[in-house]
Amino acid sequence: MSCTETIQDYALRSIGFGERLLPRSDFTLCEQFVLIGSGLIWNVYFGAFALIFGFFLATAVALGKASPNAALRKPAEWFIFVFRGSPLFIQFFLAYFFFIQLKALSSFFDPFTSAWLGALVVLFLNTSAYAGEIFYGALRSVPKGDLEAADAYGLSGWTKFRRVTWPTMLRLAWPSYTNEAIFLFHATTLVFFAGFPAFQQRGDALYYAQYFADKTFNPFIPYPIVAFYFILLTLSVIAVFGTINRRLNRHLVAVDRPKLRVRPNLLR
Amino acid sequence: MFSYCTDPSTLSGLTWLSCYLTTGKHIAFYASFGTVMLLLAITAPAALTFGFLGAMAARSHIAPLRWIGKIYTAMVRGIPDIAFFLFVPIALDQGLEYLRHRWKCPDWGEAVRQGNDFVVCAEAKLPLSTAPQWVHEGYGFTLAVLAFAFVFGAFAANVLYGAMQAVPKAQIETAAAYGMTQRQSFWRILVPQMWVYALPGLSNLWQILVKATPLLFLLGIEDIVYWARELGGSKTARFSDYPHGDWRMWYFLGLLVFYLLLTWLSEKGFSRLMTRLSHGQATMAGEAQRKAAA
Repeated sequence: MSCTETIQDYALRSIGFGERLLPRSDFTLCEQFVLIGSGLIWNVYFGAFALIFGFFLATAVALGKASPNAALRKPAEWFIFVFRGSPLFIQFFLAYFFFIQLKALSSFFDPFTSAWLGALVVLFLNTSAYAGEIFYGALRSVPKGDLEAADAYGLSGWTKFRRVTWPTMLRLAWPSYTNEAIFLFHATTLVFFAGFPAFQQRGDALYYAQYFADKTFNPFIPYPIVAFYFILLTLSVIAVFGTINRRLNRHLVAVDRPKLRVRPNLLR
Repeated sequence: MFSYCTDPSTLSGLTWLSCYLTTGKHIAFYASFGTVMLLLAITAPAALTFGFLGAMAARSHIAPLRWIGKIYTAMVRGIPDIAFFLFVPIALDQGLEYLRHRWKCPDWGEAVRQGNDFVVCAEAKLPLSTAPQWVHEGYGFTLAVLAFAFVFGAFAANVLYGAMQAVPKAQIETAAAYGMTQRQSFWRILVPQMWVYALPGLSNLWQILVKATPLLFLLGIEDIVYWARELGGSKTARFSDYPHGDWRMWYFLGLLVFYLLLTWLSEKGFSRLMTRLSHGQATMAGEAQRKAAA
């Protein structure tokens, strides 16, 4: 079988198109590359959607934690404490078994026991907590002068938040938020190892890599392929976030612009 | 465990629970919390050692050594840690078996890799197939510790490298002016001073390490996750004296609380340590302490 045929058969295998049966023997390098790359679709899906939805909840959580009102502050603090203080792996398991119990009550919860929704919910809540803490830190370090200037211009309430506080918060938080995004994408590899079943063997990149490593008993090919794909993914995340970073800081002189520095200080 | 536990089907309420929670399997579950603590106790110093070596290599004047150090510290940023946890134990196992194979069976004619199999002679197997069960378990645990130490060593190398860079250059220059060799100024000036800069990063790393311990389950160790799944699954009266439904959610809720407590306690501990280390230091925290006392 030529490599083009393999691509036709397996490039979209992880989302249910193409050849049903996985290769069983005589694995070629092409098959490993294509299937693991196919699995990467899931990693991108989980990471991208959790980030997009999580961004809004994170802003809300940060505002809640900074609120003088205890009824808003306490829930936000507990939310951050629970999701940052416990391992993501345990959160996945707990959520999966919780959804199974709910499923018995109502068929509305059926999709929650499959990975595409259930794991996404967990990742969404998890990244909201981590990003919420980052945004909260940035919110506290918004320069006093900026807020006074906003007051002087007669801005208040929503307009002040939208035009001054929020953009400055994002600008300050962005380098750390980039790290959070990178490690969120790394964390998506846990999904299919933590309870959530890979329906019809549709798994993520690491799932297929482990499949090959188990079948061939040779870890030296599939895992480096995963590493290769994830380095590419990490570089693309840095590129996208770097573009946004430049846009957020476009009013600053070049030397004052904070550089994106990838520091592995966030992991679950 | 208790004398009244001989026939659990007659019990109810708290007495049933007291019997249920003290079955042999539950005792093994409680013991597996010890496994997690043991892993933490061994991995933390091992990772620090790996990290120290990595940071030293990354600062080396010998180019190939420096490249190795840089690659080692950089790779954790691009590649998910779980990939390493799956890769390192199996790669190490095969590497060791291959070396032993070469050494013990030099006349072996066939290739080690035959298609999808990895074949070494019986004497080279690790651990030997005749070895008792505890050797097998201990070997698996050792490989797990090495995988953890490898990944967290890379994280620690990042932290320590940053801390070494943070020590004021004037300190090193003064050491050179006093006629110290590079080796002397490294061990006598740089290393004693870097810990203050490294502590925030290392405390962060400890929290990460604590939260990574459930991944032991992926490495096939009978840890708390394994037992929570095992004990929580629904049991019928045919196979167990204590039949119950699917309780896995409650077991994992217990694990969640355990981890929350562990991270919360570590946070308290580290903030105490930081207060103590800042005492009398020419840093912001030390100055604040001095002002508060005066």
